[in-house]
Amino acid sequence: MRLTIQNGRLIDPSAGLDQQASLHLQDGRVLAIGEAPAGFVADQMVDATGLVVAPGLVDLAARLREPGFEYRATLESEMQAALAGGVTSLSCPPDTDPPLDEPGLVEMLKHRARGLDGARLFPLGALTVGLKGEVITEMAELAEAGCIGFSAGAEVSVDTQTLLRAMQYAKTFGFTVWLQPQDPQLARGGVAHGGPVAGRLGLPGVPVIAETVALHTVFELVRATGCRVHLCRLSSAAGIELVRRAKAEGLPVSCDIAVHHLHLIDVDIGWFDSHYRVHPPFRTQRDRDAIRAAVADGTIDAICSDHTPVDDDAKLLPFSEAEPGVTGLELLLPLTLKWAQEADVPLASALSRICTAAAGILGIEAGSLQPGAVADVCLFDPSEYWVVEPGQLCSQGRHSPFLGREVVGRVRSTLVGGRVVYARAG
Amino acid sequence: MRHPQLNANGKLQHLLTIEGLPRETIHHILDTASNFVGVSDREVKKVPLLRGKSVFNLFFENSTRTRTTFEIAAKRLSADVLNLNVNTSSTSKGESLLDTIDNLAAMHADMFVVRHASSGAPTLIAEHLNRVRAGEVNVINAGDGRHAHPTQGLLDMYTIRHFKKDFTQLRVAVVGDILHSRVARSDIHALTTLGVPEVRAIGPLTLLPTGLQEMGLKIYTDMREGLRGVDVIIMLRLQSERMRGALLPSAQEYYKHYGLTDEKLALAAPDAIVMHPGPMNRGVEIDSSVADGPQAVILDQVTFGIAVRMAVMTILASS
Repeated sequence: MRLTIQNGRLIDPSAGLDQQASLHLQDGRVLAIGEAPAGFVADQMVDATGLVVAPGLVDLAARLREPGFEYRATLESEMQAALAGGVTSLSCPPDTDPPLDEPGLVEMLKHRARGLDGARLFPLGALTVGLKGEVITEMAELAEAGCIGFSAGAEVSVDTQTLLRAMQYAKTFGFTVWLQPQDPQLARGGVAHGGPVAGRLGLPGVPVIAETVALHTVFELVRATGCRVHLCRLSSAAGIELVRRAKAEGLPVSCDIAVHHLHLIDVDIGWFDSHYRVHPPFRTQRDRDAIRAAVADGTIDAICSDHTPVDDDAKLLPFSEAEPGVTGLELLLPLTLKWAQEADVPLASALSRICTAAAGILGIEAGSLQPGAVADVCLFDPSEYWVVEPGQLCSQGRHSPFLGREVVGRVRSTLVGGRVVYARAG
Repeated sequence: MRHPQLNANGKLQHLLTIEGLPRETIHHILDTASNFVGVSDREVKKVPLLRGKSVFNLFFENSTRTRTTFEIAAKRLSADVLNLNVNTSSTSKGESLLDTIDNLAAMHADMFVVRHASSGAPTLIAEHLNRVRAGEVNVINAGDGRHAHPTQGLLDMYTIRHFKKDFTQLRVAVVGDILHSRVARSDIHALTTLGVPEVRAIGPLTLLPTGLQEMGLKIYTDMREGLRGVDVIIMLRLQSERMRGALLPSAQEYYKHYGLTDEKLALAAPDAIVMHPGPMNRGVEIDSSVADGPQAVILDQVTFGIAVRMAVMTILASS
């Protein structure tokens, strides 16, 4: 199978490339950029006039809700949402029911995903059995089944001794441990940023120190074990400052933020709108500004969707009873572009955060359009405006604080392994 | 975006919070209430303003006292009243909050009086009714989580206005568990809106929420210092469960430092009034000699509360 994408604006963050050029694909790989090699005859031509041709996006956190939560979303619906969002590789957290703590579960999930012929799936295994924080999982077996790292779940809900041992064990095999820095005791009962807005609304708060205390602990454990850690979903200026210092010290850490944290703050909760209930909570404008600056300067390595389909029964509730989480796969690109536009960040650097840099964290072959690279490609119209409405989304997760808002940037085609697997008429 | 408690004409359609209410609106409610104070003293304690209307008391959290005052207010306005303790019926069968509301609205309720343990629940209900019933049904927040208890805030303002006349010369102290108190939040918004120049918050740091300064308060952890020269003291109820979550060590120690005694009351202005939303814990936040003393206006609050609730119901029904 040979395919040529012509007339597009080729952006490859892995090579700092941003130019008008054709892209030639053959047998699932990139063959050449620019002139077709001698003797190359494409079986299929794709016209990308007016479109950006970029590596397929890599999402570090998308909940697909299988196994266990099929009433919220299915692998079919969410894999389709991924392609519609230009996402060709995604990592899913282990917080399913049961959690991904056994090789059989992981194999089943990977098998199901392969059958759907969609995005490539890279599951995170549970760090402890049942995510209960007591017994470490068979990490080596899980890695063989396809896990690319190990996560403790939505908080550092593991006691410090167990976490130390889990990190020592992960280090033994060279695995990365994924931790969301939130001290569960300090965050207990909290539903919104512990600041004046929560105080005024009478909502229990999650203080910033829940993040910084957890980060201090994690960094000490990294110093002690040398284990590589990926920090998920930072939310505060103070937390980012600690990460900046840890990186300067040379600790083997990387980190991400959820894309909605680039745009929203606690004040946006308004009158208890549960669409704004997310984990970690939206914090202050100062925190958001620090997040934006840190993504631009690379302290924050990647942006993810933190895609979490929640059904109506769990979301249309009073704020503190509503389940945290919003739909995100189809908004990852437009919300990243919105930030890039507002912060005057070049398109190639912005895209790096949702493909090349994210692929580096997963340690997978993706995020590049250089000859020889896997031919996962995303074609999008950078100037198409659209209004986020439930009917416009492929995901079964229909709750988003951006409902009714206009965004810019929309995926036209998605290619996985050199084949067009998603196409939308312009 | 307009506040969900206002209709398209900017009139009060629901009463969800005092925050954001204009000063004139609060005075209008208090003026209307003063017309109703006399009704309860008449031989026939009824006016026909809500005749033919159905008021549903929807209590997702138990409260005999508040429910009773709303029931009396509605009956004195000649409305039909239905009391529902929802925590014991439909929600335990798995019905969602908004399904319950839809069902009751289909029975042609004209007004919901809602008490709920979660902050913001009445707002969710009001926004839902605005969508599906386009303003046919009014919602009164009878206390939601830690957020607001606007009718209590208004009756407290009625009481202060009755005894002190002018808000703009007052020093007011709010004492105790402000962190968990919806009454405190409603009082604070009302006091600052009405132009009280000095509102003080008094309590241990474990019971003071973040953001009080932003709401315009002065913070005191020493009760004696905080009470000095104040004209109004609003005591808050201390729930016994606060002694379990590492917020306070014991009722005895709390009483020693934050209980209102005659000796501490003497530090306030000589004509200071003492208020409490009830029910009181004598010997915990307030000493009996103060609660039953000449400066306490706690039972006046209860009496005025009926008139204020009648006023709110009448004003909402006419929107």
